[in-house]
Amino acid sequence: MNLYTRRRLINGFNLTVSVLATVFGLFWLVWLLWTLLSNGLPWINADIFTKITPPPGSEGGLINAIVGSVIMTGVGVLVGTPVGILAGTYLSEFGRASRIAPVVRFVNDILLSAPSIIIGVFIYEVIVVSMGHFSALAGSLALALIVIPVVVRTTEDMLRLVPDTMREAAAALGAPQWKVVTTIVYRAARAGILTGVLLGVARISGETAPLLFTALNNQFWSTNLNQPMANLPVVIFQFAMSPYEDWQHLAWAGALLITFSILVLNILARVFLRGHRSSS
Amino acid sequence: MNASSGMPTAQNPSARMPASKRADLRPSTQRPGGGSGAANAPKLTVSGLDFHYGKYQALKQISLKIPEKQVTAFIGPSGCGKSTLLRVFNRIYELYPDQRASGEVLLDGANILDKQQDLNKLRAKIGMVFQKPTPFPMSIYDNIAFGVRLYERLPRPDMDERVEWALKKAALWDEIKDKLKQVGTQLSGGQQQRLCIARAIAVKPAVMLLDEPASALDPISTLKIEELINELKDEYTIVIVTHNMQQAARVSDFTAFLYLGELIEFNDTNTIFTTPHLKQTEDYITGRYG
Repeated sequence: MNLYTRRRLINGFNLTVSVLATVFGLFWLVWLLWTLLSNGLPWINADIFTKITPPPGSEGGLINAIVGSVIMTGVGVLVGTPVGILAGTYLSEFGRASRIAPVVRFVNDILLSAPSIIIGVFIYEVIVVSMGHFSALAGSLALALIVIPVVVRTTEDMLRLVPDTMREAAAALGAPQWKVVTTIVYRAARAGILTGVLLGVARISGETAPLLFTALNNQFWSTNLNQPMANLPVVIFQFAMSPYEDWQHLAWAGALLITFSILVLNILARVFLRGHRSSS
Repeated sequence: MNASSGMPTAQNPSARMPASKRADLRPSTQRPGGGSGAANAPKLTVSGLDFHYGKYQALKQISLKIPEKQVTAFIGPSGCGKSTLLRVFNRIYELYPDQRASGEVLLDGANILDKQQDLNKLRAKIGMVFQKPTPFPMSIYDNIAFGVRLYERLPRPDMDERVEWALKKAALWDEIKDKLKQVGTQLSGGQQQRLCIARAIAVKPAVMLLDEPASALDPISTLKIEELINELKDEYTIVIVTHNMQQAARVSDFTAFLYLGELIEFNDTNTIFTTPHLKQTEDYITGRYG
């Protein structure tokens, strides 16, 4: 067998194996989405967006859970994003020579892969126990703790993509470092940083474990941060486990909602990143 | 490990000739250009400059005087330290923690390596243009205004005037006067580089450092940059690093030849390119090595 045929055979083999692996992965994903769509879509109706979670056997929707999720995710992102961006900036711009930076980066990587239930239990111990009751605020903080490492990581990565020549050029004009970072480097990396925040939102919008121990759940309409608050993941968790069919239907609808919004967020993140890359 | 400690005779080019002869040559190699150079007072006076990248010594005891309102070129093979030397003059190397310089560099009589020296003010006085064009991700107008805004608070009409002035100086105005709001990154490579020169000029520095400003450009853009250098030297002290010897011969008044971190010969360009004192310089200029 000559070298050329051999290469062709190896190439064909590798191509086949990698296509099969891709199909295997996609198969489960498509099946999962299909199950979700076929079970969830029939129960998506106006009630979902107008009525609060019902007692078993009566009409209801998910609006309190949807609003609760939006509020807690929002507060979590508002708290976590500034911390994450500032820490990422430190790692990429100001801490290059310091010995703390590698330690911070390492700890951040651990936090990034920490099971979210641990974060839930931690916030339970620190905040819920000391406050004496479950609250949306505790839930938001648990979510913020999950957002921070995601944003730190993407911010640092995106800032590092900005070439050093850009920093040199700005510094060579006599710009102090904070000015170089805030006016030049941030501007060059803003699409990437925004993408990191969107990915952070996507990451926390489906988290159940940290909310179970902190915000708990609420059958009723509540937007009080100091009280337990309804939220989609925990409602899905409770309703799906229940023996009542109408609750199970609502759980399917909620699951579809979350999946769909995460999909939209991820697409948005990609559009931002690509739109910016091509224009610059 | 110190890279220079390996083979002293091979690494240190001046060691190849007898010590007595070297002592004779040293003083003459450090005097810029004799007759014509003496007319201009030195703008930058370098003495006993050492530079280290971590443990590696990239510059060894450099001493030279860069005359005011003249073009001085640094030539030498890759890695000889010519860019490193240039980057000492505005202390841009300090962005990187493991790089350090010691010795003395006097700008108008004050040592810029002094710890007291305010880095940002120094850099406002000594502009720099880099090998690759580095337009900021903002409009052409803001690219120019960015540096100006750092140290001056100009009302809008004055700023407009300054931007126009800088772009005219950089011979870019006619090409882009209708698209000042456009993003700077959309210009061609040559235009981007002239934008960077305009940006450096706009803050009105006394010295311009050009680090291989034309090496990433096509011949026509290169020609434009060289013409520009010729015009700018009436007002600015220009130091240019180039690995293109024809370019050094064309644009500069003085030329310094560096090799392996040492200043081998420094003289007026004419002398360096026609009757260099050292054989080593002659060998490099005629393309025998490097």
